Amino acid sequence: MKKLPKTDVVVIGLGWAGSIIAKELADEGLEVIGIERGPWRDTARDFNVATVTDELRYVMREELMLRTRQNTCTMRNNPSQTALPMRTWGSFHPGNGTGGAGNHWAGITFRFQPEEFRLKSHLTERYGANAIPDELVLQDWGTTWEEMEPHYMQFERVAGTSGYAANLNGEKRAGGNPFEGMRSGDYPTPPLRQPYGPTLFAEAAKNMGYQPFPVPSSLVSEAYTNPYGVTMGPCTFCGFCTNYGCANYSKASAITTVLPALMRKENFTAYTNCEVLEVLTDSSGKKATGVTYIDSSGDKWEQPADLVIVAAFTFENVRLMLLSKIGEAYDPVTNRGTTGRNYAYQTANGVTLFFDNKNFNPFIGAGAVGMGIDEFNNDNFDHSGLGFLGGGSIRVTPIGSAPIGYRPVPPNTPKWGSQWKRAVKDNYLSTMSIGCEASSYTTRTNYLSLDPNYSDPHGRPLLRITFDFAENDLKMAQYCTGKVAEIAQSMNPRQIVAKPMSGHWNSVPYQSSHVVGGFIMGADPSTSSVNKHLQVWDVPNLFVVGASAFPQNPGYNPTGTVGALAFKAAHAIRHYYLKRPGEMITA
Amino acid sequence: MKTLTSLSLAALLATASFVAQAQPEYDQISRGSYIATLGDCTACHTTDATQPFAGGVKLQTPFGTLVGANITPDPATGIGNWNYDDFKRAMTAGIGHGGKRLYGAMPFTAYTKMSDADLRDLWAWMQTLQPIHHEVETNQLPFPFNIRSSLMVWNWINFDKGEFQPHPDKSAQWNRGAYLVEGPGHCGTCHTPKNLLGGDKGGQFLTGEVVEGWYAPNLTNSDHSGLGKWTTEDIVSYLRTGVNRFDIASGPMADAVSHSTQHWRDDDLQAVATYLKGGDKQSEKVPQPLPASDERMQLGAQIYASKCSACHSPGGRGEQNIFPQLKDNPLLNQSDATSLIRVVAAGSRGVNTDIRPTAPAMPSFAGVLGNDQIAAVVTYIRNSWGNAAAPVDATAVQKVKDNLQ
Repeated sequence: MKKLPKTDVVVIGLGWAGSIIAKELADEGLEVIGIERGPWRDTARDFNVATVTDELRYVMREELMLRTRQNTCTMRNNPSQTALPMRTWGSFHPGNGTGGAGNHWAGITFRFQPEEFRLKSHLTERYGANAIPDELVLQDWGTTWEEMEPHYMQFERVAGTSGYAANLNGEKRAGGNPFEGMRSGDYPTPPLRQPYGPTLFAEAAKNMGYQPFPVPSSLVSEAYTNPYGVTMGPCTFCGFCTNYGCANYSKASAITTVLPALMRKENFTAYTNCEVLEVLTDSSGKKATGVTYIDSSGDKWEQPADLVIVAAFTFENVRLMLLSKIGEAYDPVTNRGTTGRNYAYQTANGVTLFFDNKNFNPFIGAGAVGMGIDEFNNDNFDHSGLGFLGGGSIRVTPIGSAPIGYRPVPPNTPKWGSQWKRAVKDNYLSTMSIGCEASSYTTRTNYLSLDPNYSDPHGRPLLRITFDFAENDLKMAQYCTGKVAEIAQSMNPRQIVAKPMSGHWNSVPYQSSHVVGGFIMGADPSTSSVNKHLQVWDVPNLFVVGASAFPQNPGYNPTGTVGALAFKAAHAIRHYYLKRPGEMITA
Repeated sequence: MKTLTSLSLAALLATASFVAQAQPEYDQISRGSYIATLGDCTACHTTDATQPFAGGVKLQTPFGTLVGANITPDPATGIGNWNYDDFKRAMTAGIGHGGKRLYGAMPFTAYTKMSDADLRDLWAWMQTLQPIHHEVETNQLPFPFNIRSSLMVWNWINFDKGEFQPHPDKSAQWNRGAYLVEGPGHCGTCHTPKNLLGGDKGGQFLTGEVVEGWYAPNLTNSDHSGLGKWTTEDIVSYLRTGVNRFDIASGPMADAVSHSTQHWRDDDLQAVATYLKGGDKQSEKVPQPLPASDERMQLGAQIYASKCSACHSPGGRGEQNIFPQLKDNPLLNQSDATSLIRVVAAGSRGVNTDIRPTAPAMPSFAGVLGNDQIAAVVTYIRNSWGNAAAPVDATAVQKVKDNLQ
């Protein structure tokens, strides 16, 4: 192993979180090195508009995802089982390369609601401690809405997020999401125009007394230049969005909004195709000294640094901390340790509506264009006596139906042959669906750990996921999907098919890439890994940033909050840490 | 780390400014550095950023390959043995050390207009360069072009020696612009049509020419294919940021913006714009646009709708700062469509500058469009939305592709 000259900052991962922090710290004048496991990705070279519309390449063969041969995880539903490795991605899609999962994301950019950051306190105050089901281990985040809001604003301004503000500096405005927290500024770009399906849904929801709003989206609705000087072009609803890189410079990602400005800086260097093996600490274990990584030739290097920022995907953040023995590994039996605890997911539900005489032109779409309602999300409705907590974001967001994957047919249609073909023909244009992306609350036995049996090509243990849906979440899924079905029924389709999440978590069908927790933030070092500045307890020059910090997952997409946390950490480093390097909060 | 670095930096800056006051030559060197930027010396004399001005950049000319010389003060391989008079003779007369004649790719035909004061500043700055030992064979032309004595004849035909003379009836700003464009900026080296010998064609200054597989467009003030529709702000924005409401610098001009014009002082950019906009409206033959019923236009319209309109918008409006406007754009009306064919067939990446770091790219369509289709869509955009220019055929597309090999 060769040792490189020391740098001020090393950032692991050049997705959203890593690129934002690298940019902010490079702007501060620090020497920053970003280390990325995957290849360099670039709109101009990788997402050519003439060839990017390739469903086989990007969806079937998962071009933008991590190769499972390079790294994967093992999975089981509960601690009594032996976990097995995932050899192809199913349930979720970890990204790879610069831009990370932010290249193939949909672009839905919710802010979490103010109550979310003190969820346990809020629910206890409203319903009493006894109302929280025993199986759940809910926690507060150790931060507040007031502390988060400016950083949501920063992220939205970098991403060009489009939407309609319902609560602008306390002024209530009809047409936006009435449940959103107070915003200090408007969305940088106005909402996208709505396709037919979302329009129809919004009418039906309104007729039932709900308050539909355009889903906030980091697909810009008009040409937009962000505070870093980088310009995006308006979304064209081409429908090659989720699972694809955007060829039109319309979908915000680190490569379309941050890296063009960051790469110009002489005090920033990116190492791509370099996989970090370990975060190094000194003999006291209280100071990070740098990282070791392996390059694409198989050579190992040590990169010393004064400040280490771990900003990979949730899984790799947690795995690196376990491999580097940062914090104590969580043990569900003793309920001790913090690294790996409070792993959560997203509870995906949906209702499909088959009509006879409607034409939705389903090929028109975008990862994040649509209308939603929030009446049944989080704690926006009274949970008294319902027997569960949480809820989901109900919405119609047509992502663009590609030719291989989209073949909507009613249940009991034969799987092949002339009847199937006829059913496809009859239903292709006239089917729509309403989704309900719902919360996932943490339990004592849902956690992340190192697998004792399977290892990666470097001989390091794989990450093991132990997860099953909480009883609470399955009840919530039934209830919320029932509410969706009521709206669907009011739209008078020929047939509706409701699919609430049920049974055990199955890693095979795609559900959501919103995997969160495992290295969570909080105010108490005995139940959290990082403080509210994303600084690791007891290792003050180490920051771990990403959805790994969520103590549980609300009924919203995580990326807006990941971006806000990245700005929050960068802000704390720039304004407090650099002036007095050390613990910003003492436990 | 941070605190320490910034403290020592502040101390260093304080020392530097003290030294600057005490040493008038510091000002001269700093002026000389700016003149090197105006002249874009780096374009031909730096291949490797870690070896600045050590030469080695290959220039493809119609006559063969010329290579930028090592201009660092290295005695053996650079210009360490030169004195100021040698330097001035090279810059203004095209004659190097020991009487060796320089090829016109070294734009002494423009630099001859530079003032003695500017040349002295430039020379002072060049003495501060790190000498780098790097052997460069500048002349890689085939016979007979490799015989330097032939350049005597060339110069006799193509070279007017002499320093820039201000026009007394024009403003100081106009004269500064003229000096920059005709002298150190050497805009005509690419933008002026060349005769069979590679010299400037008389009376056609800045009317456009093919250079290195790109068409350097007409920079005169004519409305149809020149800068007549550009405002001075459009010109300044283009040179300062690489981007304006019509276009994004690409190809060799992207390099010129990146290395040179983005670093020009605002008053100099304003002067250039004033000079370019102050020229006479050239009388040019404006062709009639092809009718929409033309077969090529119909095919082109279909291709435009399916492949181009998502970014450039259905009416050719484009999108500000990211996708060039095609509507009513003089760049589409050039007599030669080489650049347009090239960006459609091979793609191209816009410049990135401090103010506009995006560097959006035009993708390559050669993999999905045949020569006929590329010709049709280029013909279509050259004859729609207020544009009018000669149609393009598949042979022209093939020719551009051949030159790319």
